[in-house]
Amino acid sequence: MAAANPTVFMVMVNGQVESGQFPEFNDLYCKYCFVYGQDWVPTAGLEEGISQITSKSQDIHRTLVWNFPIDITFKSTNPYGWPQIVISVYGPDVFGNDVVRGYGAVHVPFIPGRHKRTIPMFVPESTSKLQKLTSWFMGRRPEYTDPKLVAQGEGREVTRVRSQGFVTLLLNVVTKDMKKLGYDTSSLELHTSSVIDLSEGILK
Amino acid sequence: MKNRLKGREEENVKKTFGDDTVIARDPEMSHKEEKLKIISEEFVENEDGEAEKLKKKLKVQKQKRRKQIRKLMLREVKEGRDQIQVFLTSSLSTAPHRCLPKLQDTGLEEQLEGTANLGFQQEHQERSESNLLSMAIRKGPRNLPPIPSTSRTGFAEFSMRERMREKLKAARSKAESALLQEIPSPKPRHFVSLREEEMTGFEEEPGKNVLREPQDKDSQRSTRVRFQDSGRKLKFKPQVPPGFPSAEEAYNFFTFNFDPEPEKDETKDKKREESNQEVEEGEEEEEKPTYEEQAEKMDEEELINKKEANDFLLDLDQTIHDFLELRAAEYESIHVIKQKEKEILFRPSSLTGIGYYRNKNIFSLLISQERKWFGDDGRILALPNPIKQFSTRPPIFSPEEGIEAGLEILYKKAVNSVPNNQYIVGSGDSLGQFQLDIDISGLIFTHHPCFSREHVLASKLAQLYDQHLARRQRNQTKFLTDKLNALRNAVHTHPDFTKTHGPGHTAQESMKKYKFDIRQTRRLRDAEEEKDRILLKTIIKVWKEMKSLRDFQKFTNTPIKLFLRKEEVDWKIDEKVFETEIQAETDELLEEHMEEYEKIMEEYNTAYQKWKTWKKTQRNKKKKKKATEDQEEATEGSEYGEEPVKPTPPEPVDRSTIEQQVRERALHRRRKPGEPILIPELSLAGSVTPIELCPRAEILRREDVKKRSVFLKVLFNNKEVSRTVSRQIGMDFRVHFGQIFNLQIHNWPESLTLQVYETAGYGSNNLLAEVFLPIPETTVFTGRASIEEIEFSSNQHVTLDHEGVGSGEPFSFEADGSNKIILMTSGKVSHSVAWAVGENGIPLIPPASQQSTGIRRRIDAIASIGASGLADMKKLAKWAAESKLDPNDPNNASLMQLITVATSGDTYVPEFFRLEQLQQEFNFISDEELNRSKRFRLLHLRTLEVPEFRNFKQVPIYDREIMEKVFQDYEKRIRDRGIIETKDHLDTHRAIVAKYLQQVRESVINRFLIARHHFLLSDLVVEEDVPNISILGVSLFKLAEQKRPLKPRRKGRKKVPAQNLSDGDIKLLVNILRAYDIPVRKPISSKLQQPSRSSRPFSETLVTSPSMQSPAHILDNVLNQVLVRPFVEVSFQRTVCHTTTAEGPNPSWNEELELPFRAPNSDYSTTSMQSVKDDIFINIFDEVLYDILEDDRERGSGIHTRIERHWLGSVRIPFSTLYFQGRIDGTFKIDIPPVLLGYSKERNIINERGFDSVRSLSDGTYITFFMTIEPHLVSGESVREKFDSQEDEKLLQATEKFHVECALKFPKRQCLTTVTNLSGKTVFITRYLRPLNPPQELLDMYPNNPQATAELVARYVALIPFLPDSVSFNGICDLWSTSDQFLDLLAGDEEEHAVLLCNYFLALGKKAWLVMGSAIPEGPTAYVLTWEQSQYLIWNPCSGHFYGQFDTFCPLKSVGCLISPDNIWFNIQRYDSPMRINFDITKPKLWKSFFSRSLPYPGLSSVQPEELIYQSTDKVAAAELQDRIEKILKEKIMEWRPRHMTRWNRYCTSTLRHFLPLLEKNQGKDVEEDHRAELLRQLGDYRFSGFPIHMAFSEVKPLIETVYSTGVHNIDISNVEFALAVYVHAYPKNVLSVWIYVASLVRNK
Repeated sequence: MAAANPTVFMVMVNGQVESGQFPEFNDLYCKYCFVYGQDWVPTAGLEEGISQITSKSQDIHRTLVWNFPIDITFKSTNPYGWPQIVISVYGPDVFGNDVVRGYGAVHVPFIPGRHKRTIPMFVPESTSKLQKLTSWFMGRRPEYTDPKLVAQGEGREVTRVRSQGFVTLLLNVVTKDMKKLGYDTSSLELHTSSVIDLSEGILK
Repeated sequence: MKNRLKGREEENVKKTFGDDTVIARDPEMSHKEEKLKIISEEFVENEDGEAEKLKKKLKVQKQKRRKQIRKLMLREVKEGRDQIQVFLTSSLSTAPHRCLPKLQDTGLEEQLEGTANLGFQQEHQERSESNLLSMAIRKGPRNLPPIPSTSRTGFAEFSMRERMREKLKAARSKAESALLQEIPSPKPRHFVSLREEEMTGFEEEPGKNVLREPQDKDSQRSTRVRFQDSGRKLKFKPQVPPGFPSAEEAYNFFTFNFDPEPEKDETKDKKREESNQEVEEGEEEEEKPTYEEQAEKMDEEELINKKEANDFLLDLDQTIHDFLELRAAEYESIHVIKQKEKEILFRPSSLTGIGYYRNKNIFSLLISQERKWFGDDGRILALPNPIKQFSTRPPIFSPEEGIEAGLEILYKKAVNSVPNNQYIVGSGDSLGQFQLDIDISGLIFTHHPCFSREHVLASKLAQLYDQHLARRQRNQTKFLTDKLNALRNAVHTHPDFTKTHGPGHTAQESMKKYKFDIRQTRRLRDAEEEKDRILLKTIIKVWKEMKSLRDFQKFTNTPIKLFLRKEEVDWKIDEKVFETEIQAETDELLEEHMEEYEKIMEEYNTAYQKWKTWKKTQRNKKKKKKATEDQEEATEGSEYGEEPVKPTPPEPVDRSTIEQQVRERALHRRRKPGEPILIPELSLAGSVTPIELCPRAEILRREDVKKRSVFLKVLFNNKEVSRTVSRQIGMDFRVHFGQIFNLQIHNWPESLTLQVYETAGYGSNNLLAEVFLPIPETTVFTGRASIEEIEFSSNQHVTLDHEGVGSGEPFSFEADGSNKIILMTSGKVSHSVAWAVGENGIPLIPPASQQSTGIRRRIDAIASIGASGLADMKKLAKWAAESKLDPNDPNNASLMQLITVATSGDTYVPEFFRLEQLQQEFNFISDEELNRSKRFRLLHLRTLEVPEFRNFKQVPIYDREIMEKVFQDYEKRIRDRGIIETKDHLDTHRAIVAKYLQQVRESVINRFLIARHHFLLSDLVVEEDVPNISILGVSLFKLAEQKRPLKPRRKGRKKVPAQNLSDGDIKLLVNILRAYDIPVRKPISSKLQQPSRSSRPFSETLVTSPSMQSPAHILDNVLNQVLVRPFVEVSFQRTVCHTTTAEGPNPSWNEELELPFRAPNSDYSTTSMQSVKDDIFINIFDEVLYDILEDDRERGSGIHTRIERHWLGSVRIPFSTLYFQGRIDGTFKIDIPPVLLGYSKERNIINERGFDSVRSLSDGTYITFFMTIEPHLVSGESVREKFDSQEDEKLLQATEKFHVECALKFPKRQCLTTVTNLSGKTVFITRYLRPLNPPQELLDMYPNNPQATAELVARYVALIPFLPDSVSFNGICDLWSTSDQFLDLLAGDEEEHAVLLCNYFLALGKKAWLVMGSAIPEGPTAYVLTWEQSQYLIWNPCSGHFYGQFDTFCPLKSVGCLISPDNIWFNIQRYDSPMRINFDITKPKLWKSFFSRSLPYPGLSSVQPEELIYQSTDKVAAAELQDRIEKILKEKIMEWRPRHMTRWNRYCTSTLRHFLPLLEKNQGKDVEEDHRAELLRQLGDYRFSGFPIHMAFSEVKPLIETVYSTGVHNIDISNVEFALAVYVHAYPKNVLSVWIYVASLVRNK
């Protein structure tokens, strides 16, 4: 097969699942996991995690603060399949059953630096009113067979979802060797390079 | 260009001198052309010389920057020269055309005003003109030619050449004051002023001079005069004074460089035409001075340029680089500008009297600066955006953390994106933008609703007058009259017309032609004259009407007045002309008539002759026939009937009558002699009645008109691109816009439309009409395009309540309302559309190739030569080159241009048709290059899910990191697709089969590719079903149930789709519960013999037998030490787990083992999981402890034992079974080798304790376990697709009905009526059953023993390797192959085995059915049921075992339906366990039959062949295979023992090898004791442990796996030896039975 140690670039992500806004619910916890392409390999850190249960704050924002740290390093040979972080939030319903309160996914930012991302969350809808009722009654809401599905496109057309709250992430991204391999993602460099291009054009 | 000019000149000449003038200039021209080149070269040298001088002087001053300056100077000089050339050419070329006529009289400003009136189109003209003027003016006063000839004529003496020299000198003087002495006049300014005065005087003179002395052949005559003459009249033969260029040369020289500024010429030309009449007289006087000025202004320009350059240079303190950059920006310091200003503006103060110069000067200054400030379009030259490209300040990064880097707003200059002309097919390289200039100068309504009656008449009058003017301009009458006269003259003067007849044949011919021409011309002329007259009459009539209307309504609306100018004519001359004309005409007519008369006479004569002869014959006949009978008369009646009419002789022509006619006609058509010529003249001098004096209705009308305004929208390709300003409609219903729209376009326009909108008051815009403008030809450029008028009309009906006549409404001029007319709103838009010319003179026209992409437009250039439809430019160019088309012929100009454009390579005409024309856009790299990239190839193959690359991880980023061998496998596979590889398979036949399977598989996969990517909601979302009553009941019941029940049941688990899993997620859980009847160690001393059970016949086997062992014997065993210490080892994918060791032959472990599962390529998709071919081995070993303590004395202090494990048997379960079943739960028979040396199946009575009455029914060892995959994986669904079928539609409907009925009652029972065959078609299942002959060889074996034969046949079928469909066909569907296909493939799953076995049994004469049901471990499967001697037997087709109906260990657990060759019975009994059901199919209460009385069996033909043909197997090949397997296995065993030496005991091996055929012969029975004895005898001093393994042969890999799973190689005693023997027994049809005997030997000490 290919060379034992292909040239790779690295993407280090750390940060935290800061908080969530689910006005209707309380006492939620969240899970995160990463979805990435075939050319990606996590080299360090945790691929998935499950947070503590948090209650709403008493202030006016009524946010649910998790501050759940994320720290993972990937190496890859190909930007295709850039990692996505999938967040799923769970919490008890009226009867105390653990039900899903939202799924959401976002790509890890390409640009090195500090990024704040607010992900809209959604849950799959019941196929009918009756099912909705029974699922509520029985405490088994429809949920994805795998949270990772929300990071994929295939097959989503058969589902119906409803939006439900937001989750805010703070991600610090550090990349290594991206530029060396020809992937120029940093915004600063983009800027300067474009200036150079323009001035070149003028000189010509 | 020159030629065009020439042509124009010729026209001009023609006009002035009439047709007769012969133009014979061309030879001269060519001559001139030759010379002019030489001259121009001279000039170049000359100037270079001057430049050199200049340079030297500069050197003195500025030595440091010498080089730069030199370069610059050179360039400057050259530029100056070029300018001069250009300028001269233009000015000179225009000179002969009498341009700039007004210049003198009116001054520049007037001129401008005048031109401005002409609308925009003249703006160009104006510009160019003013340019010219300004330059001229700038030069004019500046320098005087230093040649001191003071006489006026002498002034003309100096040639252009001298002038140039002077110019340079002057330049020098400016450049350096040190050179002043070279200039003859020390005070140039004075001189200049003098010169100007001179010039003013001169202006009137030279022209006269020229006219006065036209015959002067003196060489002293000025070249200019000559030049002018030659340019104009060509009357003079100029003689070239030696050393001077002739006038022609000069002319040529200056006209040579024509092309860069063609439009100037054009505009001049046009202007000339417009002002033609005025210019006619006295124009020559004006012409020369302007010309002279022009000539001078070049000197001026040169000078200024030089000066500028010098100043510029002096100011420079920069490096070359900077300098060059600045140069482009045309930098000029304020100082320089001021100085220049001073120079230029100074003089006028001294010439206060002549405002003309002042104006000129100011303007010239403006223009001179305009060169830098203004562009060609008269706008200020500026960068499109004054904002700098990037900020001069360094970017500030906000210190705040709040703004993310990615969201920071950066200023990015809006850059004009390069137009995407690539959307056009084959546009090739960038063509830039093209520009279409649309000039809308104005709009005239020929009718408008607000027209008063007077307006209607006025417009009518105006139209008529226009018509009249047009006619007069064409003056057809005059032309035709002249022509007629000429023709007449020709006829009269024709020599020998009447005299020579014979030789003058051609002359006669031409005479005839002449006459014919005369007639034609006369007729035409008459018609024209008549028309003229009628027109005149109508004009007068309309005018009269108008006058009467004005009188009637007592006010006037229009300023139109018609004057009729009478031109008195001399009555006598007129009369004479008239008379001669009449006479001539009469003569001609007479002649004509005479000719006609002659012709008719001739005809008459012949006819008369005919008639005469006829008469004669008639008379004769009559005479004859008088005697004949009457009845013949009737027949001859016809003859009489043909009697020709007697021709009447034509009347001779009378001259007087003809003359009379002619006169009448002439009077009618022509002006009577002496009648004054009436020339109508329309003027707008009349006064319009002021509004106060008008009646109310009229006031209303006028107010209405005032309210109305009009604007035009310009639509390009049906999109509005711009619109004019809204202009009020004037009282004269003319709207002047004078707007130019520059359309920057990319494509060839499809349509150009103007929409005329009218706004009344504050109302909405009302679309009056659409005007479609023609798209200009490629040769029409801005400045050259003439203003054209396009009429429009609207069909709107407008009725107004005032004087306005409305539109579309009838109105009348008469008081009584009769004579109604209806007029629609109409008008004319005057516009011009032309292609713009770029800065460098390149016309901004889209290439011709684009035209064809839009509306199919043919270029007229091609059409003009009659070859319409030519599209191939290259061919056209070639043809043009070959045919030596005259490029100078003005007719070919457009064609030539087209060709030059075409051949220059600018246009690229695609020779193909492309569907996805944008595809090219996205190809950033060529396909070949892309394919060459290994990385892209790898990525591509991975995306295609090519098996080799499906889960390729980490595709390297560099090509160099991708090994070439990555592709080797794939390429090899692709290459070998057709080639059959025998190496892997050891057997050709199987290789073929494997290939075939592979192909079938591929095709099936392709067929179901879409279905695989089709998701259901359940695949993605887990949702509880809506509970029905039963579920609710169950759940209610659940509430009541115990939390910890005594007998817990396994709960169902959630199913997980396999696609989102990764390595390590899936585990295999195996719960080993217990085992029964494990063989026990046999003490070597034991001599107990026991007849083997299996040798008993059916009856005996199946009859419950009591224990046959004597109690004494049992006791003996019991007293022995531990019988066996078994443990279970589960191995899967080379991972091994084992339980703890239990004791005794019926151990109970109750242990859970966990094994990780790894999918191939880490691909956990359903398809990949389904194709996992790995087996799960559950092996039972006996742990044997050997005391190897050598010294008994140490026994007290230590234990030294060696553990050996002896393989006892195994259960093998394919992973696919587990995957599809989800779980496997039950008691399974352990596959124990027929010979297990050192062990025996002893009955352990103690353990059984009498419970064995049931269990002992079947012999063998059993193990109970539970096995599942964690998490529960969703297995691939069957295809949601209906297959087409060749079955009868009724039958299919019946099957569906049957299915529905069955499913209603017993939804879980398997009911099968139709299956899919290998070609994907639905087939009724009974067609698969048909008696088929088993191999004769098998029948011959036990001819007298049907039971043995049956067993043998079952064994034969079982020997065909088992290959589940899910593996071969990715589990998508269950394909049934026929028995011959099955035998050919030598692989199949339960159905195929069962069908074949059933067919064999049927052939053997048994009653046999196919049983569809579920079994363990297979799940839904097919078994065979036979009726044998009052009992039913259930056969497992895959193992060859048979079970009685009441056998507890029968793996078949439920029965769904029975299938016979002619019917299907569905089990409708309460139970489905074979033990509890009745197999009597005749009872309809128990079995629901498919075919019944209502639907009788239609006699379906079988899909099976009539009989199977068996080839006897090649024994040699089998032997060969045997050797190869043995070799491979030996190698493998050595490989598995990397740390130890593997010794092979050959003696033992050969012994085993002899033994194996015996085993095959006895099917593994009855040989144990003999064998043991034999071995003991031969290997007495060895401790021997080994066993034969029997397998069906499909591939080598399973054999290896099996051997590995036994763990024989695990013995690591130092002195161990191995023995391995392989025997392959070949059955017909290449069915191979493989025996492998593996043994380990340890020498006893």
